[in-house]
Amino acid sequence: MQSSTDNVFKALSDPTRRAIFEHLAREGEQTVHALTDRAGVSQPAVSKHLGVLKLARLVRDRHEGRETHYSAQPLALAPLIGWMSLYGAFWRDRFDRLENLLKRMDK
Amino acid sequence: MTDTAPTRTLIIEREMPHPPEKIWRALTQSPLIEEWLMKNDFQPVVGHRFSFRATPEPNWNGVVDCEVLAVEPNSRLSYSWGSMGLKSVVAWTLTPTKGGTHVRMEQTGFGSEEDAYYKGASYGWQKFIGSLERVVARID
Repeated sequence: MQSSTDNVFKALSDPTRRAIFEHLAREGEQTVHALTDRAGVSQPAVSKHLGVLKLARLVRDRHEGRETHYSAQPLALAPLIGWMSLYGAFWRDRFDRLENLLKRMDK
Repeated sequence: MTDTAPTRTLIIEREMPHPPEKIWRALTQSPLIEEWLMKNDFQPVVGHRFSFRATPEPNWNGVVDCEVLAVEPNSRLSYSWGSMGLKSVVAWTLTPTKGGTHVRMEQTGFGSEEDAYYKGASYGWQKFIGSLERVVARID
């Protein structure tokens, strides 16, 4: 548990990474391209930052076609925040799943 | 839980383009609940005790203990939600709208934000979200 806490702090010690994480937490899933357009740094730099965030389990990636989509995993902030924020992220994620299920129920 | 523990409420609301009856099924039929939330032995009967279950983790037993508190078909559902130090109540309200349903989830928590057990539990949540995702992907 200690080392994962260290990774979280390390990942969030960099302002560009914090900005990327905050953006994902606020806006939901984004592609690397969209993040690069916004970050003002090169795509390899963005990918490297995303790698550090992923190691800390602050973001999750999903491959679709040629694009990689990233989303925030606010539960990784468990050492730092309380149940309201954790469950807020948890339920929003579950609402997404519920909507996906409802769509499948139409078929 | 002590008398002085703060009570706080988390509210999540969303419009969904589906009728309340359909959303009610997803909220109250055990196999459907499992698809978007967790394994469970839920029954829509007031007083029924059930649990949500995930794979246990070193810091979390993988169990959420619940009791059904209110069932009003197609409109209101509530159950207690207790897991490793957090005692809370989850309440769902479905309100029909022109294009579908307004879905409201309220979770009211009792207990300390600083509860160490709860924090340990949080680590566990993350992992099983990942595995549930793979299950959902297979269903697609």
